[in-house]
Amino acid sequence: MSARNRELLGLIPASLLVTAGFAGVFIQRSNALSNVSLTYGALFLGLCIAAHIFIRFTLPRADPYMFPLVAVLASFGLVMVYRINPTLARQQAQWFVLGLFLFAATIILLRDYRKLERYRYIIVLISLGLLVLPRLPGIGYSANGAYLGVRIPGLFVFQPAEFAKIGLVIFLASYLRDTRQVLVQGGRRFLGITFPPLKQFGPVIVIWGLAMATLVVLSDTGSSVMFYGGLLAMLYVATNRLSFVVIGLIAAGIGFWYLGTHIPHIHARVETWLHPLNPTLYHAPLGSYQVANSIFAQAAGGLFGQGFGQAQLTLPGGGPLLPFPQTDMIYAVITDELGLFGAVAVLITYLLFVARGFKVALLARDSFSTLLAVGLSAMFALQVFVIVGGVTRVIPLTGVTLPFISYGGSSIVANLVLLALLLLVSDRARRPE
Amino acid sequence: MNAPIARLFGVVILLFALLVLFTSRWTVFEASSLNNNTLNVRTLLDELKIKRGRILAADGTVLAKSVPAPGNTWSRTYPTGRLFSQPVGFSIAAKSEAIGLEDSAGADLRGIQTGLSSIFGQLSPRPVGDDVYTTLDPKGQRSAIQALAGMHGSVVALDPSTGAVKVMYANPGYDNNNPPSSNSTTDTTFNRVTQGHYAPGSTFKIVTATAAIDSGMYTPNSVINGNSPITVSGVPLANDGGKSWGPQTLTTAMTYSINTIFAQVAEHVGRGTMTDYMKRFGFYSKPPLDYPSFQLAISQPYVTPTRAYPPASRDEDIGRIGIGEGGLLVTPLQMAMVASAVADGGTLMTPHLIDRVVDQDGRTVRTTNPTVYSHVMKSSTAAEVTRMMEKVVEEGTGTAVQLGGISVAGKTGTAQIGPNGSNLTQPAFVAFAPADHPKIAIAVMIDESNGGFGGSVAAPIAKTVLQTLLADGA
Repeated sequence: MSARNRELLGLIPASLLVTAGFAGVFIQRSNALSNVSLTYGALFLGLCIAAHIFIRFTLPRADPYMFPLVAVLASFGLVMVYRINPTLARQQAQWFVLGLFLFAATIILLRDYRKLERYRYIIVLISLGLLVLPRLPGIGYSANGAYLGVRIPGLFVFQPAEFAKIGLVIFLASYLRDTRQVLVQGGRRFLGITFPPLKQFGPVIVIWGLAMATLVVLSDTGSSVMFYGGLLAMLYVATNRLSFVVIGLIAAGIGFWYLGTHIPHIHARVETWLHPLNPTLYHAPLGSYQVANSIFAQAAGGLFGQGFGQAQLTLPGGGPLLPFPQTDMIYAVITDELGLFGAVAVLITYLLFVARGFKVALLARDSFSTLLAVGLSAMFALQVFVIVGGVTRVIPLTGVTLPFISYGGSSIVANLVLLALLLLVSDRARRPE
Repeated sequence: MNAPIARLFGVVILLFALLVLFTSRWTVFEASSLNNNTLNVRTLLDELKIKRGRILAADGTVLAKSVPAPGNTWSRTYPTGRLFSQPVGFSIAAKSEAIGLEDSAGADLRGIQTGLSSIFGQLSPRPVGDDVYTTLDPKGQRSAIQALAGMHGSVVALDPSTGAVKVMYANPGYDNNNPPSSNSTTDTTFNRVTQGHYAPGSTFKIVTATAAIDSGMYTPNSVINGNSPITVSGVPLANDGGKSWGPQTLTTAMTYSINTIFAQVAEHVGRGTMTDYMKRFGFYSKPPLDYPSFQLAISQPYVTPTRAYPPASRDEDIGRIGIGEGGLLVTPLQMAMVASAVADGGTLMTPHLIDRVVDQDGRTVRTTNPTVYSHVMKSSTAAEVTRMMEKVVEEGTGTAVQLGGISVAGKTGTAQIGPNGSNLTQPAFVAFAPADHPKIAIAVMIDESNGGFGGSVAAPIAKTVLQTLLADGA
């Protein structure tokens, strides 16, 4: 069977999922199956088939599994958001459509994505500019003490970090392609550890500094961890030097330790992470209420979950029982309703997507393509780890979105662009010379 | 660059494994401790969404029901208010507070809410609990309120052949629609019937007589010297009014409640046998009632109001215990159980409030089958003690309870309370009727009277309630 036919077949489970999911929510809401659920399923299937036909014509050799995996995640996300708030789900669906247009635009405009290399410094400057935007007066806004978003009044709200991550990966892939040989050969051994040459390593240190600055200036720990982890992953693949990664991790460890103990609101985050069930912290403003209720919600889910639509999200008085259920906490809602099994199924879907991303990197024939695919896949994996890790208390909770599932236009659009880039690399890798 | 990519993927797998591990930690390994954490309000909110079943009297009167509250929740309302507040209790799910049957029958009232659910959740939109039918008799309950006429005290009536509780009422009570705060001086949720400690006084002579006769050491016709005063445990003990009765039979001693005779009998029967019979009657342990354990007090001799004597302790004054003194403290429920055991031919039936549990489709889920709590005495002993108690009502201290046409077996008690020389008493009356074929066993215990006697204060109340219950065909 050809790659594209496999992709088409892969879309069937996604459509079944969205239909069954909406049916589930409707049954729970009105005790009657509504044909609206079938309409939703049909519409979603239509969108996916349109996108599939587009891929069929533009990227006939691209990886056949990535788009269906994204469709599964997105349809699942749509149902979850719908179950939490139908209005948000409608917006989410609109963002998905817009994202598909940008996805198509990316594929058309960047058919030869390697020309991105020429603009790498422009790209990195734009990315950094995007990162600072939320701090600008007038348009920036903060949530929970972190500067995450930009609001153009009357138009829209977006989270620049979602797009900056793609720009940074493009820059690093290009930069490391040029310098990887020098980084490896020019390294000096000291105390049995190979240290990279400072000149070529300089920009890498700048990125480290930026990650830390993002943390301090924007308080956006989540993006900071994601960027830095992505950087180390690319550096490791580019140089095959574990010592660089170890040095990088130590440097980051020191940085995070210092910030975690000296910046009050970051320290508070660490405290709520370590002691979420402490009654004083629990009742404190911006205390551990969210983290504690996240694990309470998961405990309520158990092995099989309480069933779709059964999770308690609000208090009888109207206050939130689980704050931010549609964004930060959506994984806790999934676990509450579908249990450990449902949550693991979601994680496996992500892991399959990341595996396909790495597969693309393995097949790519040039270093830039390989590094681009590695960077995008690693960044994607880290984003999932940072938010799910925060919700499950593996690491302190920080606000990044769960790709394709959380409510958030920027996230869905940016991640569809990320998918477009991976498919572009994949198609070129499989193209006969 | 292939090897590092493979290793990198290995790291990603490890990170995801960590996520799975932690998700399992919360959903499985630490789930029960998290579900029970006091900060976790989910269990409570689930509770609010359950439509608890009704609680009903034996005749179908609704004693408790659920009414819709904002936010898809339910709250409880009690149509009969203070009339049944003590047995029914109350439940405020939002505060996680419940007492009475609302607590002890909670599992039935909530219904079977299993944790099993499909991906579509429970198809029934709202969980509904089962109805609990009690053994309580509204007419008897109302007659108890009227007869007490505001006096602080307890009335409890059982069906001796089954253990069914017909009446459970005490003053002061409260309106369970509006439970009193802990510092209320007029209302209280404290249920004197099961929690109150009264001095049983001479009503306890039923137990002493049972031990004496059933052990074979005495017969109703045994003659004992009733002179007064005598020395019991080194302290002089006098009869009421200081009267010396001379040699009298045990039956006469019961009829006229002669303290010195019963003190001697108890001393002669001895601590071991006395304690043994008390245990058979249910003393020394919480009554086996389907009622919250924290609302059940143990009847036994106490050194101080909070510190009990160990069973058959050498330090206790068994002679005075034999006449209901010596630190002996009892609940009205316990004394009703004493009457019930004698009435039922020596067999003590397990008291119960719940008759049956019926689900929303009208199917009976569970019926309480009468069970034997203990075989207290031989039926011949029961017949002899019954005869002695009948004499009390026929010609002794309990004539006030004569029903005319229906024979009543009873025993009065008038414990002196307060400092020496004070006139304060706790009048009590324990009885069952009809004596030949008992249908009701009753205990009436009054908190405090200024010089009143069991026969003059408590017996008339027992009479009113007995009349109502027997007329009702109980």
